[in-house]
Amino acid sequence: MIVEFTLNGEKVKYDVRPDKRVLDFFRDELGLTGPKEACGEGECGACTIIVDGLNVHSCLMLAAELDGKDVWTIEGLKGPGEKLHPIQEAFVEAGAIQCGFCTPGMVMSTKVLLDNNPSPTREEIKKALEGNLCRCTGYYKIIEAVELAAEKLKGDG
Amino acid sequence: MNTVENKKNVIGSKIKRVDAIPKVNGKAKFAADLYFDRMVYCYLVLARKGHGILKDIDVEKALDVPGVVGVYTYKDIPGENQLGEVVKDMPCLVSVGEKVRYYGDVVAVVAAETYEIAKEAAEKISLEIEELPAVLTIEKALEDKIRVHEPTNVPIHKKIRKGNVEDGFKHSDEIFEGEFYAHYQEQAYLEPQGIIVTPDIDYGFTVYGTMQCPYYVQNSVARVLATSLNRVRVIQTETGGAFGGKEDVPSYVASYAAVAAYNTGRPAKLIYDRETDIQTTSKRHPIKSHYRIGVSKEGKLRAVEIKAYMDMGAYATLSPIVMFRTLVHAAGSYDIPNVKVDVYGVYTNKIPPGAFRGFGSPQVLFAVEAMMDEISEKLSIDPIKLRLMNTLREGSRTATDHLLTESVGAVKTLENIREISNWEHLNKEVEAFNNTHQDKKRGIGVSHIFYGVSLGAAGQHLDASGSHVQINADGTVDVRIGGTEMGQGAKTVIAMIAAEELGQHIEKINVHQPDTAFVPDSGPTVASRTTVYSGNATRLAASELRQRLIDVFCNLTGALAENVQWGNGKFLDSLSGQEISFENLVEHAFRKNAKLNETGWYKTASLEWDAEKGIGEAYVTYSFASQIVVVEVNLNTGQTKVVKAYTSHDVGKALNPEGIIGQVQGGFVQGMGYALFEDLKFKNGQILTDNFNTYIIPTIHEIPEELIIDIVEEPFSRGPYGAKGIGEPSLMPTPAAIANAISRAIGKRIKRIPATPEYILKLIKED
Repeated sequence: MIVEFTLNGEKVKYDVRPDKRVLDFFRDELGLTGPKEACGEGECGACTIIVDGLNVHSCLMLAAELDGKDVWTIEGLKGPGEKLHPIQEAFVEAGAIQCGFCTPGMVMSTKVLLDNNPSPTREEIKKALEGNLCRCTGYYKIIEAVELAAEKLKGDG
Repeated sequence: MNTVENKKNVIGSKIKRVDAIPKVNGKAKFAADLYFDRMVYCYLVLARKGHGILKDIDVEKALDVPGVVGVYTYKDIPGENQLGEVVKDMPCLVSVGEKVRYYGDVVAVVAAETYEIAKEAAEKISLEIEELPAVLTIEKALEDKIRVHEPTNVPIHKKIRKGNVEDGFKHSDEIFEGEFYAHYQEQAYLEPQGIIVTPDIDYGFTVYGTMQCPYYVQNSVARVLATSLNRVRVIQTETGGAFGGKEDVPSYVASYAAVAAYNTGRPAKLIYDRETDIQTTSKRHPIKSHYRIGVSKEGKLRAVEIKAYMDMGAYATLSPIVMFRTLVHAAGSYDIPNVKVDVYGVYTNKIPPGAFRGFGSPQVLFAVEAMMDEISEKLSIDPIKLRLMNTLREGSRTATDHLLTESVGAVKTLENIREISNWEHLNKEVEAFNNTHQDKKRGIGVSHIFYGVSLGAAGQHLDASGSHVQINADGTVDVRIGGTEMGQGAKTVIAMIAAEELGQHIEKINVHQPDTAFVPDSGPTVASRTTVYSGNATRLAASELRQRLIDVFCNLTGALAENVQWGNGKFLDSLSGQEISFENLVEHAFRKNAKLNETGWYKTASLEWDAEKGIGEAYVTYSFASQIVVVEVNLNTGQTKVVKAYTSHDVGKALNPEGIIGQVQGGFVQGMGYALFEDLKFKNGQILTDNFNTYIIPTIHEIPEELIIDIVEEPFSRGPYGAKGIGEPSLMPTPAAIANAISRAIGKRIKRIPATPEYILKLIKED
């Protein structure tokens, strides 16, 4: 079937098999390998993308559901010019990245949190990231990164 | 030689990870992110029976599925049908007429045009297996009636005989005994296993994938394909966590994929789904142990006798070397005159465990530290004081009688946790909490551990590493090492060492993905050895190159070599103040045809070891750690919350302090999951908890509010700048400290981990 949607800020149109998982469609057909598969059942958050402002597990979404949506993957997240987005900068600066496999999903969930709540408390940060597993960092520096990102975004404006 | 003390510019400073940007913008290439033209996708067919004889494999229905390229079985293996690094007891693909020994035994590899087709076809393959009764427990295996392998289920026994334990017990005032059990733990790296094998332009095969040990993979693929090492090139892709789980397993994954690549003549991609990963890949070993410890009434340890049984599952894999670490660490970080340890490796019809952060030591450290806690309670000796009285110092001898002459930070770690936790006050605070709460009780647990760095006496034939450093005409630097980055920060620390030695900016240094075509076999990336081994090799190569640049500098400026300083991208004559940028100097060096590439090779002196008695220099050096954990147990539900923790680690020298803090935080939380709720459940040898909905790892909600980290630096003279390992010691004290804290909270000894709510409730209800 034909789906028309906005992908990383650009209007796109594709002929898709409707029951294909969005994760497979993006990775295998569009070459968007930022979203990762770690569990395939919506437990780990490594495949997180943003759909109409909400963080969504792309392993649980079918290609047919893309029609008419505003969709963002990690590949679309950018700061001014060629720079990283302030959330990405914050993850780098806070040392919140180890193996990096959970990172794109963590960053996308953080984006949704800070878009809706520019000054989250620690508890709100934990709530927002509870669906994203990380096995390397113990989460401490990820929490610091989200706090730093909130500061940076406020500084912008 | 340089007589001017060159101020350290990079080592010990706060550095951003060199691989952070590609990981944060989604461009980093993990195994599954690679795609090749005409690639086939693979899926494995598992035996799905615990024990039996494979009678027939029916592939007809699978071959009928459109898009299937082929189904490959034992008949399609061109070389040896044999995997396994240490003991050759494991087939690549089980042959008809041979035994199936556990649920996850691999029987066939399906190759298809898409992943979905490969999986669908794999499900259509039917296996005829004549079932045999399965051996599912250590106790059953020890009976040795039903055999997993002939001639015995108990093929491996390792021992320590130091002093005379009977004498030691005779001269003890009190004798304590205890039985402990530590269960499996799944590594649960976020990136599943994955390999791509592709026929290459060198008329051989190139292997890409997530792994810790490219040289193990190279050996295994060459053996299975009956080809030579110079026809198999292995390149590590970005690796999404490993924790030991990608030590030997990727050799197996690569061998299955290699069979498909060989038979199809096409690139073959084999990415495990989480279920396949958990059903077929290594875990932390379950260990049952029995302890008997004799002490004087003042609390001095006189004798220890330990028996430990390790469940090796269906195949020995890495168990013999894991057992060596269990053996050496079983008596803990203590100076004990009389030690007797026996460790047995037992075959069962279950998943073969292997390497996992700590490598057979956290299980016994939990046990010995529980014993120490018990002694402290019964003799009314402060738990930190008891450990200070018995721990290793310079001049002490370990359980294997290894005389320690330097870099023993054990005492400092104990003193520091006492200080940073405000020990007296912390005890009063917990007492006050318990006086005012009925349904919830808090407890304070202490643990103290040591860790033998690198492979030690059991693996010294593998204990050397290479590094190739090359300066390019534009002043950038390529560094190639045999050690792998798996998230722990190896690339960053190696770039720091190269930057420090060369005086170039760290941004100009590229530490490449390991590639067996560039660096000779450097051993495995395990045992917290990369900083010491790849680090020293890099330091040797880079310092050699620096000497050449100093020569060029002196020629150009007339400076004396001893006055030359380097750093921040330039060389400087400290006498005249004349300086030349790194890039300019390199340009001059190139014009003079100077050799600006070098290979460093680092190995340690051989270790004296008596395997019969288990006596000698078990490891090149030891890292030490101490930890205090406060837990809160809900007496109605049995649920435990870790409230706060204090941890101190002797790392020799902190080359990258931010990286160490990251390791310790991650290690703590992984150890906490092991201690409390990561629980692998089985039914007839099949793992029931085979994804993250049932195998629960810590989420962001479970971490303690406060985790205070202290770093002790007792330099190791042969480590780069004095550094020792931290990767594994970051996890090792935690299970013991948490178990002891729960014991203190509920007034009953925790003898099993994970200490699940069910287990804790059972203990509370017991009289």
